Amino acid sequence: MRDKNSVANVLRVATGVCLVCAVIVSTAAVTLRPFQEENRATFRQLNVLQAAGWYEPGMDVALAFERIDRRVVDFETGEYVDPPGGFDPVRAVRDPAQSSALAGDPAGIGRRSHYGEVFLARAEDGTLERVILPVHAYGLWSTMYAFLALESDLRTVSGISFFEHGETPGLGGEIENPRWQENWIGKQVRDADGSVRFQVDRGRTPDGAADADHRIDGLSGATITSRGVENMVTFWLGEQGYGPYLARMERRLNIGEAL
Amino acid sequence: MAQLKAREVLFAPIFANNPIALQILGVCSALAITTKLSTTITMCAAVIFVLTFSNYFVSLIRNMIPSNIRIIVQMTIITALVIVVDQFLQAFAFQLSRELSVFVGLIITNCIVLGRAEAFAMQNPPLISAVDGLGNALGYSVVLLAVGFSRELFGSGSVLGAQVLPLVAEGGWYQPNGLMLLPPSAFFLIGGFIWILRSYRTEQVEKEPFEIGPNTRTSPAF
Repeated sequence: MRDKNSVANVLRVATGVCLVCAVIVSTAAVTLRPFQEENRATFRQLNVLQAAGWYEPGMDVALAFERIDRRVVDFETGEYVDPPGGFDPVRAVRDPAQSSALAGDPAGIGRRSHYGEVFLARAEDGTLERVILPVHAYGLWSTMYAFLALESDLRTVSGISFFEHGETPGLGGEIENPRWQENWIGKQVRDADGSVRFQVDRGRTPDGAADADHRIDGLSGATITSRGVENMVTFWLGEQGYGPYLARMERRLNIGEAL
Repeated sequence: MAQLKAREVLFAPIFANNPIALQILGVCSALAITTKLSTTITMCAAVIFVLTFSNYFVSLIRNMIPSNIRIIVQMTIITALVIVVDQFLQAFAFQLSRELSVFVGLIITNCIVLGRAEAFAMQNPPLISAVDGLGNALGYSVVLLAVGFSRELFGSGSVLGAQVLPLVAEGGWYQPNGLMLLPPSAFFLIGGFIWILRSYRTEQVEKEPFEIGPNTRTSPAF
């Protein structure tokens, strides 16, 4: 037998092993992708339901989701739009024709698509119960994706659900913790004059703070993640995010129009 | 080299030479994924698959692997298998794969897998190596299942998600032991497992590295 430690053999074995493994891995990845994408879509729907507070373990997600109305909004004007060929938020952000680079970028996301999704959760009789907005921002290591649900007054948080992130498990990863997410319920995101006001504290919000309604306990050991979460809320509810849409909705609400 | 018996190779690692209890390998994942029995079972199945096949494939090409790149070749094979498992879980057991999060990927660094490839598969023919992999994975699984079962039962009062002990919070009598849901409890349980195993199989008890001398007289200075 030839010397198995010769340079030629090292190269041969290395190349061979890499090729075979690469073929196996890519075959698995490609053939299983349709299943995985379906799972991810269901998981996204599940999180919309969770943010809306409608989710119960074991429920039929697709059926419950039928009561949720998915609309597409133009961030600039705040009007509903109906883009031909549907709207894919993931693709839109990457497509230079459908997105633009942000000048001031507090959320650390680089680009924002021109359109965005909103989910309107309606009661049986069709009245609006919750507005669910997909939001994201950069934390410490990763972009955190969440659904933020607002009550029908468009100013009170009714729930949040982080569904994708890569923050440190146990520290920043605690944004996934349902007990922390419970703190969000009932918080106010706007001042009386309508400007966005929301703050993630460092540590616990002091007892009896006058503006406790606008503040939420920070996560210990996760200052930068907490800051990212704060920027996420202020950015997406602000002028560059869903601000114009929410303002328009609020005007319609004030004149008693059904949303 | 004496012919190894498949039976012995398969069953020895379960109690006589258990990778966790005797060799204290692969403990890290045992802490992280044993809070619930369902994740534990998934993890065990994944390790059984990876360890059996990694041993088989490493052994298959053992005579060609140049010794100076053998670890990296073994790692490549193990990594490919782990990615395949991870992809399968994401496709067919999405919820479980989310709960296991990074720990499926971390099978790559599980010392048992690399340890068996290096110590056994590099010296033995493919079939017996696969059997050795299977045996060691079963040894790992036995400990993990015992830990996972106790943690879920005493931590949440349930087995595989079905409520067995009615919780106080839901009007029952069982006050769940919160410690069981935290990683350190796995240490206690694995420690307990090793204790029971070694009182039964005393040959596994390690020799004291030194002996404490008998009491000497108090020094005359006092």
